[in-house]
Amino acid sequence: MTALLQIAFDALSLGSLYAICALGIALIFGVMRLVNFAQGDYIAFCVFALLWPSIDATAIVFLGNLPWFVLVPVVLMFGAGISVASEILVFRRFRNANPATMMIASFAVGFVIQHVLLLLFSSRPKSINLWPALGLPVEILGARIPLLQLITIIITVAILIALTAFLRRTRYGLEMRAAAENFTMARMLGVRANGVIMLAFAVSGALAAAVGLIRVTQTGTADIQMGASVMLVAFIATVIGGLGSLTGAVLAGYLIGAASVVMQVGLPLEARPFRDAFVYGAVIVSLIWRPQGLFAPNSTKQRI
Amino acid sequence: MTLLTLDKVSVRYGQLRALREVSFDLGKGETLFVTGPNGAGKSTLLKAIAGVVAVASGTIGLDGKVITSCAPEDIARLGISLVPEGREIFGSLTIEENLRLGTGIRSDRAAIAEDLADVYAVFPMLKERRNSSAGVLSGGQQQMLAIARALMTRPRVLAIDEPSLGLAPKIIDQVYETLLKLRDQRGLTLLIVEQSSTRALLSGGRMILMRSGEIILQGDARVLASGHSLTKAYFGYEET
Repeated sequence: MTALLQIAFDALSLGSLYAICALGIALIFGVMRLVNFAQGDYIAFCVFALLWPSIDATAIVFLGNLPWFVLVPVVLMFGAGISVASEILVFRRFRNANPATMMIASFAVGFVIQHVLLLLFSSRPKSINLWPALGLPVEILGARIPLLQLITIIITVAILIALTAFLRRTRYGLEMRAAAENFTMARMLGVRANGVIMLAFAVSGALAAAVGLIRVTQTGTADIQMGASVMLVAFIATVIGGLGSLTGAVLAGYLIGAASVVMQVGLPLEARPFRDAFVYGAVIVSLIWRPQGLFAPNSTKQRI
Repeated sequence: MTLLTLDKVSVRYGQLRALREVSFDLGKGETLFVTGPNGAGKSTLLKAIAGVVAVASGTIGLDGKVITSCAPEDIARLGISLVPEGREIFGSLTIEENLRLGTGIRSDRAAIAEDLADVYAVFPMLKERRNSSAGVLSGGQQQMLAIARALMTRPRVLAIDEPSLGLAPKIIDQVYETLLKLRDQRGLTLLIVEQSSTRALLSGGRMILMRSGEIILQGDARVLASGHSLTKAYFGYEET
């Protein structure tokens, strides 16, 4: 029973991470038909924003010293900032380009961010101890769950509720949903294209920052590549969720998280090192079964 | 007084010249019917005015201000609203959300509520189902919603691509009654692509006939719609 509970919490917290990240990708894809591969590098950027630039192996904590109630909003703003900046400086010029061109531009943005970080911090991963208290376990029904896992799950639920409320209840949310379905028509009704797209980038960047904070607290290291693995899984989640469907991206994020954790414990011991092969095998099966995604969106119309 | 001016407007789709030097003036409270065979450039004309297709040469003016290179959202804010062909309803939004989407450019809250009540009075079906998803509406109902949604922006110029398409004759009557009422009371300028010459005959106003991207005939809608010139323009010969 406690083992099952432990697995459930592992699955939920890993899935939460994938879900938040997938949500960021799906939001931008929705309004712009852009798969933003720089999203993973926003994650690393936000983590390194905690540190003072240096090439030493030990991190010199800078922003990371702020109390959490200041630190969290500041880091979220960093995420939103870099994301909006890449929209204004780069993606805006490609708005009428075909999706492949935009995707390659997003790789370029990612590489630029990576190499700027490399220049400032060198390639060595740095250890950083952010909020060590969150590593302590709490007991729930006999299972010992790291506090961070619990917080990750709660924060994700809060983010999902807040985002749903934003999309359903506010004017901007209405405009964003309309723009995701039919951008041209939304503009003909006076919805400002730049406004909606910048808002999507800001929210998506803040989500990347949240992922960065959770990751760095979990692993205790700041690594320039740290966003890549999460980003890859999150991208797969948006695809099997049905590109453009926010609900689909979230559910698929949880699904992949659960599949990874279940296979980690369920597979025979010899097969465990190849867990990822099984997970991605399941992804391929799911795509053969439903190429349009498990939760296909209403519209896959081309944007202008 | 002239409200909308087109001066030698041309549009190209790659090699194809979809619109060739189209010019006309449209005054406040005027009605202009655009007719012509398929591929004549009628829809392209409306899209060029709404700013969704790029104009290759020529100028479009509203109130004496050049709007040729304005973004669609800015043109909408200046008071031109287009009901495009294919209706372009937001299927994932509710009916009321569809209607409210167009009111983001307005700040007159009281008047918005009034307009919403007005369009619900014209199309009671929309009111009954206001909280259900617009995606489940039939073609004719979507057409009503598209027209209602455009009216919610309280436009000065309302451009409609084939309002009669897919609507029952009784509903078409209602739609035209509403449009003409708004024209007469509020000075709404109407630009309507319409295949049915009967409508032009009943409503009055001016009419232009297009073929291959050009205006080949223009004049009083009642005269044009009743004469043989239309047939000749469509088929290239006169009925005997």
